[in-house]
Amino acid sequence: MTAFSSFDNAGRSPLFFDDTLRMLRDQVRRFVETEIKPHADAWEEEGRTPRALLRKMGELGFFGIRYPEELGGAALDQRATVVWAEELGRSTYSGVAITALVHTDMASVHIFNAGNEAQKVEWIPRCISGEAISAVAVTEPGAGSDVKGISTRARREGGDWVLNGAKMFITNGVHADVYCVAAKTDPEARPSQSVTMFLVEKDTPGFTVSRALDKHGWRSSDTAELSFSDVRVPDANVLGSAGGGFYEIMKNFQNERLVIGAMAMGEAQAALDLTLDYLRERRAFGAPLWDKQAIRQRLAMLSARVEACRQMIYATAARAAAGEDVVREVSMIKALAGELVNEVMYDCVQFHGGMGFMRESTIERMSRDARVQSIGGGATEVMLEEVAKRM
Amino acid sequence: MKVLVPVKRVIDYNVKVRVKADGSGVDLANVKMSMNPFDEIAVEEAIRLKEKGAAEEVVAVSIGVKQAQETLRTALAMGADRAILVVAADDVHQDIEPLAVAKILKAVIDEEQPGLVIAGKQAIDNDMNATGQMLSALLGWSQATFASELDIDGDHAKVTREVDGGLQTIKVKMPCVVTVDLRLNEPRYASLPNIMKAKKKPLDEKTAEDYGVDVSPRLEVVKTAEPAERAAGIKVADVDELIAKLKEAGAI
Repeated sequence: MTAFSSFDNAGRSPLFFDDTLRMLRDQVRRFVETEIKPHADAWEEEGRTPRALLRKMGELGFFGIRYPEELGGAALDQRATVVWAEELGRSTYSGVAITALVHTDMASVHIFNAGNEAQKVEWIPRCISGEAISAVAVTEPGAGSDVKGISTRARREGGDWVLNGAKMFITNGVHADVYCVAAKTDPEARPSQSVTMFLVEKDTPGFTVSRALDKHGWRSSDTAELSFSDVRVPDANVLGSAGGGFYEIMKNFQNERLVIGAMAMGEAQAALDLTLDYLRERRAFGAPLWDKQAIRQRLAMLSARVEACRQMIYATAARAAAGEDVVREVSMIKALAGELVNEVMYDCVQFHGGMGFMRESTIERMSRDARVQSIGGGATEVMLEEVAKRM
Repeated sequence: MKVLVPVKRVIDYNVKVRVKADGSGVDLANVKMSMNPFDEIAVEEAIRLKEKGAAEEVVAVSIGVKQAQETLRTALAMGADRAILVVAADDVHQDIEPLAVAKILKAVIDEEQPGLVIAGKQAIDNDMNATGQMLSALLGWSQATFASELDIDGDHAKVTREVDGGLQTIKVKMPCVVTVDLRLNEPRYASLPNIMKAKKKPLDEKTAEDYGVDVSPRLEVVKTAEPAERAAGIKVADVDELIAKLKEAGAI
């Protein structure tokens, strides 16, 4: 209920967003306020976001933002994705946000970007409607950002492939219907040409969810360790070319990192907004906390940094949509936003005093949810190396 | 039957308004604006009439600044067929008064010849609650205000109204003006595919001069002030103490 939430300044500026994108923002925001926020505490307890909610998102077209009209999508660009991610981040329930965002922008994109016509026609409309929820399984107990270091193997047997190995920290891993799985197909080849992506359906024999993981934050998102034991998939389930998986994964990282940046800044802005409301109400030593210069100046500087990062995200999304190469900027955004959101949460918890340490406070949950933003989707240290390479 | 729905662009209901430093009004610079919530309900009702086969076309009209085309696009994305924007002000702080709005709407209605006008009972920015009533007077049409139910039955409309004592059901002759209350329906979301389709729906742009209506204000805002801040409460032990405190405060 803040008067001048920065969400509605640059976030609605015609310089970045046209009527269509402003309407999308309004609709996602209304959805978040009415369908997510009043109910999500229960989902945090249950450790998953209900399928019914995902279906509702699908019905409203939110899962088809980037996909072409002939497959049921809206054919919008990165700017629309930024709106979607930012407003979900603003929900204060990032477990719900990541469930949807992994599906739209990190997993189903593999089918769309690398898949052949038949694979796209089979899966993308179902992903858009929410009938099928997707997960992407690259990370392993022994390899994360180091994609070439994965040890899951797929060997040729007749016309099929047989997968063996394990995957770790897989978002939507427990409840997804379709998984885009990375495996080494040719250990003799150069590392960059040894990885292939496969489509694996939930009920495929030999494919099991080893365990649902118990996380520090994102409690309303299901995260799994997966096991592949002689999982037989037909050749028709190879996504893209055999051996081309590494480059496909790298390419999709660009979108993924922009999305995480936008999501993180949605979280940061929401935390600043609710902390501001708290500081204006909470009194100490005879005056609202907001009257303390030390506090309000720290919040003002954080708000300036968040605004700078958000506008960098908007500008980068617009440039990416125009076809410019923004690998350097996207790496910067992931590093910057992942760290900044944690700084914001630290101070916002601090300014909430004892209440900030209580499980019942929103900021406590947000601070736990934010922690992974400097880790997942490319840790800050990995991102800074990408930046450094381009300096 | 054609249904005409006037929609107003107002400060978003989630925004905590701030009075301008000079007291001349509410600060609207960089503030999120949305469709007046009562007008959203009116749009929803018109679309439902169309879906039920009781109406053939839904036309949304907005009168105000050029930016109100965003509000009209939202109406189109919800399901209105086309829209008319009447630009009557350049400055977002200039509010067009109900009589001027009613006059422009009458001129639009003379051209469009709808069988029914569904409007919000009031706009949440200045709570005038006057435009629908003025419009019905100018048109010489029947009116049914504060509707919580609406049924079209041939050349009559049956409208349940929320009045102070409860509910009142009236039958009015068509064509008529219906203004809607909060409990009539729950407006739908504009789905993304419908947002995309709305881009291709016709939106005509006119000006107040096109209709020969003078929109210059007849009312003068003397002062705008924040409501007094609510003072902290106290707890009393029993009824006797409550009465004593109320007497102390001069309340009884």
